[in-house]
Amino acid sequence: MTESTAIQTDAVIIGAGPAGLFAVFELGINDIKCHVIDILDKAGGQCAELYPEKPIYDIPAVPVCTGTELTERLMKQIEPFSPVFHLGQMAEKLTKLQDGKWRIETDAGTVIDARIVVIAAGGGSFTPKRPPIKDIEAYEGKSVFYAVRKKESFRDKNLIVAGGGDSALDWALNLQPIAKRITLIHRRNEFRAAPDSVAKMRALVEAGKMDLKIANITAINGADGQVQSLSLIDDAKNTTNVACDTVLAFYGLTMKLGPVANFGLTLQDSLIPVNTADFETSEPTIFAIGDINVYPGKMKLILSAFHEAALMARKAFLYIHPDKRYRFQYTTSSSDIQGKLGVGKNAA
Amino acid sequence: MKIFLTDMQGKEHVLEATEDWTIMEIIREGGVPILAQCGGSCACATCHVYVDPAWKAKLPEPSEEEIGMLDGAFDVTPDSRLACQIVFTKDLDGLKVKLAAGSI
Repeated sequence: MTESTAIQTDAVIIGAGPAGLFAVFELGINDIKCHVIDILDKAGGQCAELYPEKPIYDIPAVPVCTGTELTERLMKQIEPFSPVFHLGQMAEKLTKLQDGKWRIETDAGTVIDARIVVIAAGGGSFTPKRPPIKDIEAYEGKSVFYAVRKKESFRDKNLIVAGGGDSALDWALNLQPIAKRITLIHRRNEFRAAPDSVAKMRALVEAGKMDLKIANITAINGADGQVQSLSLIDDAKNTTNVACDTVLAFYGLTMKLGPVANFGLTLQDSLIPVNTADFETSEPTIFAIGDINVYPGKMKLILSAFHEAALMARKAFLYIHPDKRYRFQYTTSSSDIQGKLGVGKNAA
Repeated sequence: MKIFLTDMQGKEHVLEATEDWTIMEIIREGGVPILAQCGGSCACATCHVYVDPAWKAKLPEPSEEEIGMLDGAFDVTPDSRLACQIVFTKDLDGLKVKLAAGSI
């Protein structure tokens, strides 16, 4: 990778949750351009993934909004700064370059060089929940999968799809025409999925074109990474074995710290200690804000992340614009900031 | 007031229980690791516990939402509950629960 092919920017933000999004705003009013990386295929972090429909009551001056609404409002608020999003990618590697910049590489091959890095990764990367079945890791990526990358790779497979939500239903329906046989396994005979998908699945089962087993998975059987069957147990304690050559499991996502653990930063119980003057980590020019940081008195609240973003941006300004004097301004009265926001007298 | 919690290694912990706190909060306050990633909003299924069958009748029925969220847990049995959805009351003094896989 050469200087010419890596993206050049001021700041890279890891995590597109409320902390990362508001960091774009605070950095933006300080003339700092941002690229944002997130493992989810959408902005919002936990607000988007865990509680999109749930109400939040402690955002100052917003009596109530849902996770989705909060994300939408933040996205609207940062629009004037045109942040560049790299979604569905995990920030995998961080290297210090000779000129003092940081090079961030993602698992999708994106390479960004930036003067500062803001880690706003919350509880870590969202990764698929792995069923706690003995030895399952030996099969992962070979015959057990948690996502569909290429539909074709499931052609003519004797496939088990596990789970009862939209992902499980959608893929069972999607792959049914090309798989040799599909068995859907779910713990109960009710599905938390679009009613239309459930109806379609029931019709296929009725017509004998798909199998449905109501049970829990207890064991995976096979050799050398090739699954041959799954052992099941139902609520009446009846056990059975279902033959298969491929398994797709959809139990939702969980958060793991992931590669951030290898960035060379001081960690404390999987959190990143920062000082509360500027939320810088043990490594100058790397900041950590939001749920991922820790300091005396820390509260894991969205509003804490907003405050942390503002103080972080002041310090970031000194790194990015060493030739300029930091000027504290209010958005209400600063024609300079209003110009950047595209409002007021200086609006373009 | 107390609850008895069996962890994944089979060790029993006696935890001080506070009225109106959820079982998840009591476990966390007691210093026993529990993921509870969403912080108690019934949105992640990482505070899955098994309630001792002798105590089940004393608990209010789980909501539809909780039952649905348990779809994201593993080894779900008729004794399965999300600890964040059980509020501790005096009647539950002595409650026995066991942590499930995927909650630590």
